[in-house]
Amino acid sequence: MSGVPLNCGYVPLVDCAPLIIARELGFAEQNGIRLNLLRQPSWAALRDLLALGHLDAAQMLSPMPIAMSLGLSGPQVDVVAPLVISANGTVFGVSPALAQQMGSAGWGGYEMAPGRVLGHLAGNTHPLRVGVPFPYSMHRLLFEYLIAGLPEAQRRLFTIVTCPPPLMADAVDAGEIDLFAVGEPWGTVAVGSGAAELILPGASIWAHAPEKVLGMRRDWVGAHESKAEALTRAVFEACEWLSVAKNHPLACEILARSEHLNLPDAAIEAALSGRITPRPGATPWHVPNFIQFGGAGASFPWRSSAAWIGSQLSKLELLEREDVIAKAAQCFRPDLYRKFLAQTDADMPGASAKIEGSLAHPTAVSSTRGEMILEPDAFFDGKTFDFSEIF
Amino acid sequence: MSEDLKIIVVEADRDLAFQIVDTLRDEGWKNVTVLGDEMGLARKIAALEPDLVLIDLANPSRDSLEQVSRATEADNRAVAMFVDHSDDEMTRAAMAAGLSAYVVGAPEPERVKSVLKTAIARFQVTSQMRRELDHARKALEDRKTIDRAKGMVMRARGLSEEEAYALMRKTAMSQNRKVIDVAQALLTASDLLA
Repeated sequence: MSGVPLNCGYVPLVDCAPLIIARELGFAEQNGIRLNLLRQPSWAALRDLLALGHLDAAQMLSPMPIAMSLGLSGPQVDVVAPLVISANGTVFGVSPALAQQMGSAGWGGYEMAPGRVLGHLAGNTHPLRVGVPFPYSMHRLLFEYLIAGLPEAQRRLFTIVTCPPPLMADAVDAGEIDLFAVGEPWGTVAVGSGAAELILPGASIWAHAPEKVLGMRRDWVGAHESKAEALTRAVFEACEWLSVAKNHPLACEILARSEHLNLPDAAIEAALSGRITPRPGATPWHVPNFIQFGGAGASFPWRSSAAWIGSQLSKLELLEREDVIAKAAQCFRPDLYRKFLAQTDADMPGASAKIEGSLAHPTAVSSTRGEMILEPDAFFDGKTFDFSEIF
Repeated sequence: MSEDLKIIVVEADRDLAFQIVDTLRDEGWKNVTVLGDEMGLARKIAALEPDLVLIDLANPSRDSLEQVSRATEADNRAVAMFVDHSDDEMTRAAMAAGLSAYVVGAPEPERVKSVLKTAIARFQVTSQMRRELDHARKALEDRKTIDRAKGMVMRARGLSEEEAYALMRKTAMSQNRKVIDVAQALLTASDLLA
């Protein structure tokens, strides 16, 4: 492999696929970079290494660049995201005991209806511990959003606990957590070992939740713009390739054989196809857009998505809302997306912000090439988030 | 010392853990507790109410420490030592040694630094040992892979052990690859065709 060396950190989950594909199928090389993928043992380690300059770029949980820029997580450093690597792809699960409790209250276990899950959780009177992979993750934000409408006293019954994804099933087994939100394949793994039942895909709470982004320090982008551009382009091309269903068998093969990802084939395939089995022997869910890597502008870093993340963080951390939203909106960079991908055949929306949650169906919007279809982005409660109303 | 800092060392390897504890004790830090890589780590740490938590940078359980707070003071959350830009050199030294530390509550910064200096020195030795161990393990695995591939070539081509190895080495050189890569490719191919 030839090209300019570039160190990119990642955590071995199915949704790091675009980075592996960018390397293995030569998208990185074609764009003139030699992509060194450096596996990280934890999000905290990845964060610290990026902050201190040991990594040039990294796959990050979508709220991480915002939390880091706000100084909430690790050393304060401005981090920007010119590209969304994946949307959705998470699942919510419960311990068998909690599933039984919900079952005796009438939960059928098959509907992917957050409103009904909420109804059953609302009847709960015991403290429940909720495992998430990181305090600043879409997993936590989606769960907090799900329960936001419950009365204060009920919300207080939930405690958020951070737990590394590969240990999530064990943590349920050991009684450390009652519920969890995790990226695939770890939900499927927990079902396979009998540790948990799945109750919802993340996409049922927010139909288009940015999950992982390509993060870089703002000063690094300034000093190495051509590298930032080459990497963004390579990963974008990999995202687009992954969004084509007929490429999935080859993608599964590459991911399963890759030294970068040590996961069983079946788990990878389930995630890519969106056919998730919620409990042993059950009919698999078929979740449209279970995980989205590209196509239909899925990789576009909407300022309004970052603003929504900021808005949620301001509530959870009791921070001044408008200030946090303003800073958050600076972390996703549609301007860099447009600039870096100008030479590709990427179609781009005309706007850089949208009313989050307003698309119940695939919808045509104006784009650089005329018109493009955006996938639904509705919230389960039908609410919308209009970033332009705040400013 | 008027009051000892309460220090927790998170380390699953007992030998390494005791080495770290001994080093800290030698320097006068007596209140040191070891926790393995266990379930409910964050909860157990919070219950012990430490001032400082030391954990290997490469430990996958690190994320669970991000929200550790003192059980008695819910607002008093642990912060990674790297939050403090006051001593970049020490931060870099800690990173290089593979040490991450979380400061819980508000112990005197000078005393924390003194512990960290000792811990950094110890972790440098530890991570060197780990590297050597990993290296030895990798070398052994490579050896086994090469031996298996060599056996296959010997059987398939009717060659002696030396000839088989020479053939693999020649192939590797002509393709600008390592012998271990050629051996791995052979084994993968044979698995696929088996």
